[in-house]
Amino acid sequence: MIEQLSRNERQLSLVILLCLAVLGLSMAAVGRDDPLGAHGALVLLAAIGGLFFVISGYYAPEAGPERLHSYYDDPSKVGIVIAMAWALIGLFVGDWVAWQLVNPDLTFDAPWSSFGRIRPVHTTAVIFGFGGNALIATSFYVMQRTSRARMPDQLSPWFVVFGYNLFCLLAVTGYLMGSTQSKEYAEPEWYADIWLVIVWVVYFVLYLRTLSRRSEPHIYVANWYYLAFILVVAVLHIVNNIAVPVSFGHAKSYSIFSGVQDAMTQWWYGHNAVAFFLTSGFLGMMYYYLPKRAGRPIFSYRISIISFWGITFFYMWAGSHHLHYTALPHWVQTLGMTFSVMLLVPSWASAGNALLTLNGAWHKVRDDATLRFMMVAAVFYGLSTFEGSFMAIRSVNSLSHYTDWTVGHVHAGALGWVAMITFGSIYASVPWLWKRPAMHSARLVEAHFWLALAGTIIYVFAMWNSGIIQGLMWRTYNESGTLAYSFVDSLVAMHPYYIARAIGGLLFLIGAVIGCYNIWMTIRTAARSADARAPGEPAPLYARKPALEPAE
Amino acid sequence: MNVFGFHYRLERKAIGLVLAIIGVASIGGIVEIAPLFTIHQTVEEAPDMRVYTPLELAGRNIYIREGCYACHSQMIRTLRDEVERYGPYSLAVESKYDHPMLWGSKRTGPDLARLGGKYSDEWHVAHLNNPRDVVPQSVMPAYGWLGRTDLQAADLGAHLKAMRAVGVPYTDDMIANAATDAYGQAAPDTPFAEGVTKRYGEATNVRVFDGAPGRLTEMDALVAYLQILGRLTAAAQKPLAAAKE
Ligand code: HEC
Ligand code: HEM
Ligand code: HEM
Repeated sequence: MIEQLSRNERQLSLVILLCLAVLGLSMAAVGRDDPLGAHGALVLLAAIGGLFFVISGYYAPEAGPERLHSYYDDPSKVGIVIAMAWALIGLFVGDWVAWQLVNPDLTFDAPWSSFGRIRPVHTTAVIFGFGGNALIATSFYVMQRTSRARMPDQLSPWFVVFGYNLFCLLAVTGYLMGSTQSKEYAEPEWYADIWLVIVWVVYFVLYLRTLSRRSEPHIYVANWYYLAFILVVAVLHIVNNIAVPVSFGHAKSYSIFSGVQDAMTQWWYGHNAVAFFLTSGFLGMMYYYLPKRAGRPIFSYRISIISFWGITFFYMWAGSHHLHYTALPHWVQTLGMTFSVMLLVPSWASAGNALLTLNGAWHKVRDDATLRFMMVAAVFYGLSTFEGSFMAIRSVNSLSHYTDWTVGHVHAGALGWVAMITFGSIYASVPWLWKRPAMHSARLVEAHFWLALAGTIIYVFAMWNSGIIQGLMWRTYNESGTLAYSFVDSLVAMHPYYIARAIGGLLFLIGAVIGCYNIWMTIRTAARSADARAPGEPAPLYARKPALEPAE
Repeated sequence: MNVFGFHYRLERKAIGLVLAIIGVASIGGIVEIAPLFTIHQTVEEAPDMRVYTPLELAGRNIYIREGCYACHSQMIRTLRDEVERYGPYSLAVESKYDHPMLWGSKRTGPDLARLGGKYSDEWHVAHLNNPRDVVPQSVMPAYGWLGRTDLQAADLGAHLKAMRAVGVPYTDDMIANAATDAYGQAAPDTPFAEGVTKRYGEATNVRVFDGAPGRLTEMDALVAYLQILGRLTAAAQKPLAAAKE
């Protein structure tokens, strides 16, 4: 890793790590027994670990100039491995949360393990840990290939990968200590938020610098989506997180927004986190890996233009569908509903474009579980956006809001779309990155596919049932005109569905464990086979450094 | 097809693409959010609205810390069944001093917007210590450590100050006495109790919330907060109760 860095980059990385160490030390000093202090210690430790690592490789000879003729893929490799590690953590905690709703005493009477603290650990670990790392890793891969250009330097991609994971760590450990802003999907406190802004700016600049070196005149669609993801997430993150800390020694801060303005800002953020993190970024992934794996060009270039701008424009209006019938002014709710329904058009256009791309390659979908992951993802994308537009209608939302139906919708999107497209893309990239002809075991990919699909279907059906039953029970009247069921009645009715959901989640988790094993074995055999070659013997074709291959 | 021709040129310029994305994406947010800051049309008047006492604010922070909002909403919608189940629907003004708001998005447990005064302090303490002692079917976690942990009250002044910085009208007097007011609100027989009613009004609850006098615990703070939910202003209690639908 270090040998790939130039001398200057090695020095610069030492300077950055030293600054980080000083920062961590001062946080630990002013924060003391506040969560901020513990986080200072964490930052300090991370920086010291990094320093040791860089110093240990500092005097390694520099890689020759011929490296500049190939793509720089090491950060993508590390990103993918980290993403899978987060997947294990996030899915495990998700299933634990699910079992807590079956048996609430699975907390062991410890503060850190109670539902309210580990639920955000689940959401952050899957969305930001698993999803975010996969997006960063694949975006590096895709932007270089589609621009036919190597990244401009070796240091900034590492800064992005490790800096981003430091943010994820601060977030997750913060919740366990009880440090949270309580804004859904924006829970981390002010200092972690500032750190993420720095990382994100470097990421954005790196992306633009790579694009500016491209030897393709056009910027390929996948890059538009990745760019929209990077840009809009930055805007959302900065606005929603403006807050005044209690002091520089306190982790706690108070949002500058309050009440109804805060609600609107939060759901403008929250819904567009869905749009630009969980949708736009992963569409970027889909637009590269699906056609590539299927060996077919994208069905329609024009549809991709229309749906891209449709999604970018419409989504930003839709946040208020999270606030139907609340104290938010009525006209804002109506706008949100209208745009949510219109959003169905570009969403289905994207899903359709993906599925039509598979025309002529359906035999591959049948035989290749990796491509099937991507196909199913496109189907679930279509399904969850249809469901979303439906739930955004005020009268439907009066039933679905606050119930498990929302959770069902979330996981149709999260498991069916986000996780499936990611697993598909990772299974496609791993052999390409580690120069192997294929994954270690195609049968294990197949097993993962079926476990993931079964888990998703069980999860989603359980939540649809429980959500609709819950919503109906809350609003049912008996003949005398009073409410028919107490809240506890509805709670008891949920019990069997909560068990089913937790079992579905377990299947999904087992699938991911198998996936990790398979990826690990692929990497290991890659390393072994490289060593086993006799000196001087030419590398097999697939193991050559990728020449700058033509873009699609 | 000029549109596509235009796009064909646009996608050759990274900066053009970046600016176009920002421009197109900004419109929705600006149109929907900016007008909400013309407060007078968004939020009703409620002259009787009071701010949280330091103890209640500390309780609110514990509510946030423990993630109670993940299972409980604090927003009664304008639907008949909700109004009958939980009480008059929530008004915007009621969360005027909530930085951030805790409306919630999921009701694994019931809505808490009008919880204040519904149960006794003893009920809350027993329920938080182990919900299943009170409601056998409950899936709410037990929060046994709250009653065993002393409340950190020393820095509450700094908290009020930060709240003032974001627009909540705390006075210098309130900020200077924050720590003693927190103590006094849970210790009615001490000289500190008087200052609380002087600064926050006669109607403020001053009593031993956790049933264990002499010690200021996190349980005191959380129960004090739960007992004030929906009671900072009487605006919603006016005969608005007939829901729209
Ligand atoms: C796992 C979800 C969950 C979490 C987290 C949770 N609760 Fe609950 N809560 C419930 C459920 C379910 C009920 C209904 C059964 C009962 O009364 O215990 C409930 C009931 C209540 C009630 C009674 C409401 C009424 O009107 O009867 C109060 C008060 C309450 N919770 C407060 C809290 C507080 C304070 C916290 C955080 C410290 C919290 N809850 C965290 C699920 C949760
Ligand atoms: C093993 C698989 C999974 C299980 C068992 C699981 C379980 C859960 C549970 C129990 C909740 C809390 C629901 C509630 O409060 O009632 C939840 C929430 C959530 N999960 Fe998962 N989850 C899984 C995978 C995922 C994945 C892969 C993602 C995203 C990529 C995800 C995203 C979310 C989100 C965004 C929420 C919050 C929903 C809301 O606030 O409405 N989950 N999950
Ligand atoms: C056309 C596209 C979509 C529309 C119109 C839409 C609409 C909605 C609606 C109406 C809700 C319920 C709000 C409420 O009652 O509280 C919701 C919740 C949610 N949706 Fe979607 N959805 C869409 C696509 C997606 C996709 C693809 C995902 C990907 C994972 C997703 C993730 C979520 C999440 C995480 C929530 C829960 C938010 C929360 O309460 O914490 N949505 N969506």
